[in-house]
Amino acid sequence: MLSQQIINGLMLGAIYMLVAVAFTLAIGVLNFLNFSLPGLFMLGGMLAFGFLKLGWPFFLAAGGALFVAALVSLLVERLAYRRMREGDAEVPLVSSLGFLVLLENLVLIRYGSDQQAFPALFADMNVRVGGLVIGIAQMVSLAISLGLVAWLSWFLRATNAGRRIRTVAENRETALLMGINIERLVPQLFVGSALLAALAGLLFAVNYQQVSPFMGEGIGFKAVAAMIIGGMGSIWGAVIGGLLIGLAEVLSISLIGADVVNITVYGLLLVILIVRPQGLIGRPPAREKL
Amino acid sequence: MSGYLTGVLVVLAFNVMAAYAVYLPLAAGQLNLGIAGFMAIGAYAAAYLTNELGWSMWAAVPMGSAAAGLVGILIGIPVLRTHGIYLALATFALGQVIAAVFLNLDVVGAAAGYPVTDYAAPGVVFACAIGVVLLMALISRTRFALYLTAVKSDATVADLMGISVRGIQVAAFALGAALAGFGGAMYAHHYSFIEAQHFNVLLSVFTVLYVLFGGVQTVWGPLVGAAFFTLVPELLRASDQWRYALFALFIIIFMALRPQGLVTASLFRLFRRRSKGASA
Repeated sequence: MLSQQIINGLMLGAIYMLVAVAFTLAIGVLNFLNFSLPGLFMLGGMLAFGFLKLGWPFFLAAGGALFVAALVSLLVERLAYRRMREGDAEVPLVSSLGFLVLLENLVLIRYGSDQQAFPALFADMNVRVGGLVIGIAQMVSLAISLGLVAWLSWFLRATNAGRRIRTVAENRETALLMGINIERLVPQLFVGSALLAALAGLLFAVNYQQVSPFMGEGIGFKAVAAMIIGGMGSIWGAVIGGLLIGLAEVLSISLIGADVVNITVYGLLLVILIVRPQGLIGRPPAREKL
Repeated sequence: MSGYLTGVLVVLAFNVMAAYAVYLPLAAGQLNLGIAGFMAIGAYAAAYLTNELGWSMWAAVPMGSAAAGLVGILIGIPVLRTHGIYLALATFALGQVIAAVFLNLDVVGAAAGYPVTDYAAPGVVFACAIGVVLLMALISRTRFALYLTAVKSDATVADLMGISVRGIQVAAFALGAALAGFGGAMYAHHYSFIEAQHFNVLLSVFTVLYVLFGGVQTVWGPLVGAAFFTLVPELLRASDQWRYALFALFIIIFMALRPQGLVTASLFRLFRRRSKGASA
């Protein structure tokens, strides 16, 4: 029973992990707490649902949802991030929250506020190993998430594009002097983090077979907690934080009760912030925007 | 005054109180995303005193506010070791934890909510909100407001100038918490019912939104922001389901055009110059 809960926790944690990595890219490189990411997470799930309802095949629907999320993220970059760099540091928060509200309400107008059932891709394809039930969909999405994060970590470490991103994260002005085209790099990062968030939303929809216009809020905020617990700006920190939050959530539901989830999850966050603000494996905060 | 108008104005009064609770720490450079948690402490503490101990509202509300302020001091001291985005997220976590604790506290009804026996009429709520605005206007003319600005602009220089940076930071945090607690306590006594779900993260986040939208450079920004956020969705009510989408779109466009907020210091200078020019 306990090991079943641990498996469930890791599956949920994989979703948090992807969103946390999306947040960490935006924070670590751009110093921007992008509150539109929960909205993009929701778009990933809701639009795939909408396209499937139009009769599109699954991969087309999924690709369409990711594409739209990337386009919206470019808009966020134009309207929320780019215009604000000279303003007060808190200000981009307002506009990115504006995007969250806008996306939620646009989807609500189109699909209604109720929770909708996302069609099952695999008809009860569960693997049973010694009394444990593991869904194929969950396993696939865990593999996709871990694979993607491992690839991203390699990409940032070993490729030229990754080095450029890390240079901008280290010092924007130096990066500019070194001839890095920041004006091009920033939109690419926005697209990257949007794709991660939207993919997480899609995987969430496939795994839990439900979507709603407000599905991004709870997940998004817990992903922020996961990012901080692991260490802001660190990809593997986001992975550890995400899995930890997923485990803490599932275990506290099964051991104590559903009402205490927020106490354990955010209590954990609060303790970490007071005891070790840089997170479990993060570096001490050198500079920050907010 | 019609019932509808009174209802809207009462909401406005609560939003104004909450907005200043966010503004005060923000003036010292602290983004408090957990303001709803402090409102919940004020609301539940005051409601408990009224219900279980039979206190009058006039004593219970200040005590609720004091309780929130006390928690603000106790939590502010460790939490204010962090700053910037870490502080914002610590307060965010704090708000979530506080709301979740009340959700599980059986003494105050847990998830079923908590009815409050005493009632504050709309007039009392208006008076309180006006009192808060006047108090903040008064504070903005004292040295304390200067200290806040100094700590926000450059904590090192403020320290060199002999300001107790840590003291000012804790004071701003705790005063904001006390003000939030006051608003929460009034809320409990006006609506005669509270539930933990009301004090959620969106309440905190939207309150921060009013303040940043109104602008933090002057003391009038939060008032304008709260009024705008309360009244404009009501005016857009005709377009029904589109109103929040339109509203959000408006926020995005507006912030792109005026990133410093609606009411800025330079706007004030412009007005002053105009009026001087007119009188000369």
